[in-house]
Amino acid sequence: MAKPKVAFYWCASCGGCEETVVDLAEDILGLVEKVEIVLWPVAMDFKYRDVEALPEGGIVATFLNGAIRSTEQAELARLLRRKSRYMIAYGSCAHMGGVPGLANLYGREELLRFNYEGSPSVVNEGKVRPRVEHEEGGHRLHLPELHAGVRALDQVVEVDYYVPGCPPTPLVTKAAVGALLEGRLPERGSVLAPDVALCSECPRRESKPVDLALGELVRPHQRVLDGTKCFLAQGVVCMGPATRAGCGGQCMGGNMPCTGCFGPTSRVRDQGAKMLSSLCSNLGPKDEAGVDAVLGGMPDPVGTLYRYGLAKSLLRRKVGV
Amino acid sequence: MNASENKVPAGWSPRIVAFFCNWCTYTAADLAGVSRLKYAPNVRVIRLMCSGRVDPQFILEAFARGADGVLVGGCHPNDCHYVEGNYKMLRRARLLRRMLAGMGIEEARFRLEWISAAEGEKVKVVVNEMVEQIRALGPLGLPGRWAEWDREVAGLAERVAAVEAAGVGEKESEVAHG
Repeated sequence: MAKPKVAFYWCASCGGCEETVVDLAEDILGLVEKVEIVLWPVAMDFKYRDVEALPEGGIVATFLNGAIRSTEQAELARLLRRKSRYMIAYGSCAHMGGVPGLANLYGREELLRFNYEGSPSVVNEGKVRPRVEHEEGGHRLHLPELHAGVRALDQVVEVDYYVPGCPPTPLVTKAAVGALLEGRLPERGSVLAPDVALCSECPRRESKPVDLALGELVRPHQRVLDGTKCFLAQGVVCMGPATRAGCGGQCMGGNMPCTGCFGPTSRVRDQGAKMLSSLCSNLGPKDEAGVDAVLGGMPDPVGTLYRYGLAKSLLRRKVGV
Repeated sequence: MNASENKVPAGWSPRIVAFFCNWCTYTAADLAGVSRLKYAPNVRVIRLMCSGRVDPQFILEAFARGADGVLVGGCHPNDCHYVEGNYKMLRRARLLRRMLAGMGIEEARFRLEWISAAEGEKVKVVVNEMVEQIRALGPLGLPGRWAEWDREVAGLAERVAAVEAAGVGEKESEVAHG
């Protein structure tokens, strides 16, 4: 019997998700034995044409990481969607827009101007910008165009499953691949991780007080943090209450609070708003000035509450940019 | 482009979603009604048991579905039927207004007011004032903005389909490997 064909592709992402696949270490050999990889640009040389030549549904599963940022990424997402039985959004960026999704706070022109002219590390006297068409020596080049905004994968094509995380841990990756190969898949559209909040598996859970009544908020670098006590009890914003479990609390293990990369559970529409709700309920002061003083410890609410989920938030992007 | 430069469609009038608590502000709105007080018809009132029940998700969803403004009304401090509910709303509102500012939504589009059951007049004043402020800002119109934004992806899909339909044979001859 022919081995099932699998594709890996990356869009707007940092490369961490690709690392996780490699991070499967010796398990990757087992995986490679069981499947035939038909596209994996970061590790192997395939051409888009090879994918185009496959029949519809010829790929069992595509693991696509990264947000959709350019026309090329949207085109490839479409192509791979057509050729794949299962389209799997792999990692926070494909799942929710991820860190690149924070670019939705700026307009395209603003981003291009900063990155090609304004950034302190840029020397670009001619103010050259990438162009869609270019002619050189009789050859015509066609380059991808930057979209006006960043999208999660399911805002461009239909997605069958989500593997969360920035990056997904080898454990959730292995579980997802195993479920796929053995046909033990849950309902379509599921996130392949436990559907409970991270606090449920946090090793510091016992130290979380019933009534927090926070009198101040601090960021992790401003304080030497107790390695055993609930972060919220220490006044540090931890996204645990608004984030899905499944990572094994690795950040907590490194004495860092959760930043929310696994996204919300299935009962939550908007991770940031839910965290805002939970956090504010737990503040001590009851007057405007007192509340503002505590909340002053969170200088960037959008970046803190939507570090990975801005593109999939209810508001999706900044208005008017 | 910002909201004030937005084209105001003919016949547009602000659409405000109001979350009123059962014990105070909703009763005040009722009082305004039986007292025959006239105020702008631009608010859609949603009655909740407590302002503390107003999940920030409700507010964002109202904006996402086309509200130009959101008004939350609850009991005065110390008067909450559930003791602490209005303080929770107050704290959420303080952070939410900063978050909304970060998302480019003008301050006047979200308002929290303490209105007791006896203050029918205050309902009238607050609603009229808010309608005027939002009228001056123009429509927020998120669904329309997103429809426009999503056209870039839909347009691309059409272009790709057209290229594929036109150039299958040509592509085959271009590459011969594998």
